[in-house]
Amino acid sequence: MAYSEKVLDHYNNPRNVGSMDKGDQDVGTGVVGAPECGDVMKLQIKVNNAGVIEDAKFKTFGCGSAIASSSLATEWVKGRTLEEALEIRNTDIVNELSLPPVKIHCSVLAEDAIRAAIGDLKDKKDENGKG
Amino acid sequence: MKLPIYMDNHATTPLDPRVLEVMLPCYTDEFGNASSRNHPFGWKADELVENARKQIADLIGASAKEIIFTSGATESDNLAIKGVAEMYGEKGNHIITATTEHKAVLDACKKLEQKGYEVTYLPVDSNGLITANDVAKAITDKTILVSIMAANNEIGVLQPVAEIGKVTREQGVLFHTDATQAVGEIPMNVDEMNIDLMSLSAHKMYGPKGIGALYVRRRNPRVRLSAIIDGGGHERGMRSGTLNVPGIVGFGKACEIVKAEMPEEYARLLKYRQKLLDGFSAELDELYINGDMEQRLPQNLNISFAYVEGESLLMGINEEIAVSSGSACTSASLEPSYVLRALGVGDDLAHTSIRFGLGRFNTEEEVDYTIEKVVKTVKRLRDMSPLYEMAKEGIDLKSVQWTE
Repeated sequence: MAYSEKVLDHYNNPRNVGSMDKGDQDVGTGVVGAPECGDVMKLQIKVNNAGVIEDAKFKTFGCGSAIASSSLATEWVKGRTLEEALEIRNTDIVNELSLPPVKIHCSVLAEDAIRAAIGDLKDKKDENGKG
Repeated sequence: MKLPIYMDNHATTPLDPRVLEVMLPCYTDEFGNASSRNHPFGWKADELVENARKQIADLIGASAKEIIFTSGATESDNLAIKGVAEMYGEKGNHIITATTEHKAVLDACKKLEQKGYEVTYLPVDSNGLITANDVAKAITDKTILVSIMAANNEIGVLQPVAEIGKVTREQGVLFHTDATQAVGEIPMNVDEMNIDLMSLSAHKMYGPKGIGALYVRRRNPRVRLSAIIDGGGHERGMRSGTLNVPGIVGFGKACEIVKAEMPEEYARLLKYRQKLLDGFSAELDELYINGDMEQRLPQNLNISFAYVEGESLLMGINEEIAVSSGSACTSASLEPSYVLRALGVGDDLAHTSIRFGLGRFNTEEEVDYTIEKVVKTVKRLRDMSPLYEMAKEGIDLKSVQWTE
């Protein structure tokens, strides 16, 4: 299978690999996928006081397209507000990385990971609000 | 050392230059049709074919007349299974095989099931093996054929062919073995092992593609087959079609070479495989070998690098090292290897499996290079793996609620 240049680039030079403190109140963590399916993505975002995502990290177990999709997702969410980040669609990732049909699920997972991370962060903020 | 390194010798093997050398004249001066009985071109071609038939028969302890040429092992498997089923259909309708067989066997059996035959698919143990007793217990008065492979193409494990042959001979049931991966690597003898039908392929033993054979026993018992391909009545009527003389000549030479070199090659490949395994183990934790390590082809190492998805690992190495993966994403089907599943390997580990297939032209330097490259890539990908991170934090991955 031939990979697109962009997939290869993200695979060879993944952006924002790493982990942030899950317990940090400004950090949202999304873990999606399952080892049995061959794909697990962990995507973390950190927001500043203005509600803008100032940092993002990922770790991915999966094929090259899954790694590239999550790497790209971390690049795209940075500098956006949560609402803006929620506008990222898997189809945008498919187009940017020229993913073939069998790899579309990788982009879906990346979109899910963004939503899960944002959801986690919102839950934390709500908890705090109540507390 | 030249890159890329070829270490996928279960898929196919490079043509040995000594094989090519004897094939070339068949494409020029010696182009005759082996069935042309009335001129020297035909006579020469026939002589070449019969010489090769003898070389092949000699490797497996058969007589030359028992070798039927086919296009390859897939055709041989189909001919053996469908040919026996049709010929002996009145005697019985039951076939026994195993879940880890090659698709050529499994799908031929499935097709027969649609036609009313009954097939027992024997499960394998966690090492990928069945026992002769499993076969004995599955035989009924309707059983006409047992088809069990000699060596598995993914995990290289060796089924107890000689023991199974003893059982089938006692029970009066025909025994077919797909020996595509085994012939040329380990000694195979159709008489000592009581094999009645055996599939072989040239391109798995440094011969050309497009040529294979089916060994069909001629006495004690005399095996009869219904042909799949009808025509000019070549190959004792079992497989019509003009003989592929260059391929056959190359196949014969390939057999002659492996017969002469097998003991040294076996020892060398075993040493290289141990080196690979030791090299990986010295630098990496959480490695899982798939399949029995004792009953195994010397050149096969199928290993799961836990927490690193197979395709991503291949992507990191495949410009320099050609191996294959049991992971889903490498094939069009999104399922991980059915062979590993049959062993009870979880899908999580099946997704991380890599098959190394050493061969005649691999050098020790290539083995060293492979160790270094694989170790480096696995480490890089584990640093990127959320599963490895969780495992290192002491989280039991089985207890996690996953989203898919």
